[in-house]
Amino acid sequence: MENLGNLTIAQLQQGLRSKKFSAVEIAREALRFAEAENPKTNGYLSFSPELAEVAASIVDAKIARGEEPGLLAGVPIAVKDVLSTKGVRTTCASRLLENYVPAYDATAVDRLKSAGALIIGKANCDEFAMGSSNENSAFGPVRNPVALDRVPGGSSGGSAAVVAQGTAIASLGSDTGGSIRQPASFCGVVGVTPTYGRVSRYGLVAFASSLDHVGPFARNVSDAALVLEAIAGRDELDATSAFAPVDDYQAEMRKPVAGMKIGIPKEYFEGLEAETGDKIHAGLDVLRKLGCEIKEVSLPHTPYAISCYYIICTAEASSNLARYDGVRYTARAEAATLTDMYAKTRGEFFGTECKRRIMLGTYVLSHGYYDAFYLKAQKVRTLIAGDFSNALKDVDALVAPVSPFPAFKLGEKMADPMQMYLSDIYTITGDLAGIPCMSVPCGKTAEGLPVGMQIFSGHFKESTMFRLAYAFEQAGGVA
Amino acid sequence: MQFSKEDVRKVAKLANLELTDSEVERMAHDMAEVLTHMEQLSALDTSSVQPMAQVLFEAPATASLREDVVRDRTLLGTEEALRNSALSGAGHFKVPRVIER
Repeated sequence: MENLGNLTIAQLQQGLRSKKFSAVEIAREALRFAEAENPKTNGYLSFSPELAEVAASIVDAKIARGEEPGLLAGVPIAVKDVLSTKGVRTTCASRLLENYVPAYDATAVDRLKSAGALIIGKANCDEFAMGSSNENSAFGPVRNPVALDRVPGGSSGGSAAVVAQGTAIASLGSDTGGSIRQPASFCGVVGVTPTYGRVSRYGLVAFASSLDHVGPFARNVSDAALVLEAIAGRDELDATSAFAPVDDYQAEMRKPVAGMKIGIPKEYFEGLEAETGDKIHAGLDVLRKLGCEIKEVSLPHTPYAISCYYIICTAEASSNLARYDGVRYTARAEAATLTDMYAKTRGEFFGTECKRRIMLGTYVLSHGYYDAFYLKAQKVRTLIAGDFSNALKDVDALVAPVSPFPAFKLGEKMADPMQMYLSDIYTITGDLAGIPCMSVPCGKTAEGLPVGMQIFSGHFKESTMFRLAYAFEQAGGVA
Repeated sequence: MQFSKEDVRKVAKLANLELTDSEVERMAHDMAEVLTHMEQLSALDTSSVQPMAQVLFEAPATASLREDVVRDRTLLGTEEALRNSALSGAGHFKVPRVIER
């Protein structure tokens, strides 16, 4: 069988329909390759051969009967290990959930299955999706397949790495402050954070509920859009999921971009590494040549975003992680009293970053500090979201870097949490505003490290974002 | 902003989180650093700004209501619900004794 890692979803499905190979053959070959390659990156925490074979048999049976096998029929997909998979271990990369096996599927997983996708394994990530480098996994860091001594980004580092490595055609990740876009940019793949509410979070293990998003990774814009189309749309099991209809992204993204207005937020071009800035400017030149009109805009509250974000996300995390008390979720440390059992279980099984966020979140919500920190941050969030709605009145989309620098070395930022938090500056704002945003590959540094260009558009205007990204990609992007 | 080891222990108790002595020390340092950065928000005048408690929900307030009927997909039997528990028995989660008699 040819190398699956080089195929697009359309090419794979062409082979399937012309009976060049069967879905079961794809599943077996994908798993063989993924298991053989995994020691290089540690991108997968577990494999799910039974799940993949069952799904593949269904696809093959449908094709044999002449039925439509589904949007993602036969596509090997990895799912971040914070999304619940029925009967398949879901660890959140935490020792606390090392043996947790969900009794139900997340809606996004359920929809992948309905679309005929072959879920081959669970992708490594930062513990409970908290981190920017994937070094907070209790089961070891992920290595960037582009440069093995560097981080793949985080928290969906495994989801990005396996797609870059070619061991999955696409993957699902989650994004709370940049956890899809930043690893996508570090690994040189496409990563999409859709509008808040566009994809159901039912079955996504909650980190910060007002900021959590589920979204796809793929090697090209069309594939990412296709996966999003399969998982998007209203779900009655998630009250925050949106009623807005899902566009036909494959048709929308092929519309011309000439005449589109693009804003470049000047605050996002201060304090970034020169080489990253050069690549983004080269990317803007490509868009200019395609007929886009580019003008500078301002998002004046950007300097307050890190503080605002880390108050809100830690507050919500401290509340969401309260459920891990040694009673319902597998891990328990023995103690004589109930309260001691709670405290010992949490002390023993949570990793350092989770503890830090539980502590910060508990503090900013505690009596006497709530108004100064949490309520204040919610008001600043209104201002940050307002910056985007003002800017997007004049332009169709915003273009900026994803990260101030490319993938850094393993261990480089682990000693100083504040430095790690500051690296999220260009991505957390999109989550705070709840608007769709994505990372699209935009060339490489002299050292060969990928740079990602970020595109933001208005609420539920994923089509606008895909149109720009697709045109950019078709034009050859940046060398 | 200062954050003492005593402050750390107080918050850890609120969070039901046991920390070792070395964790307390590290946490005092890290929390002081992060909270000092967060204090920058006080420089912004937000007296006329509404807090953003909900991101967006463009539907009538009652749109998520439904008929009060059992949903097959979310139905969880006792055995399944207890399968991931640390300790269970007789159809219940078991925890250390709470009431002395």
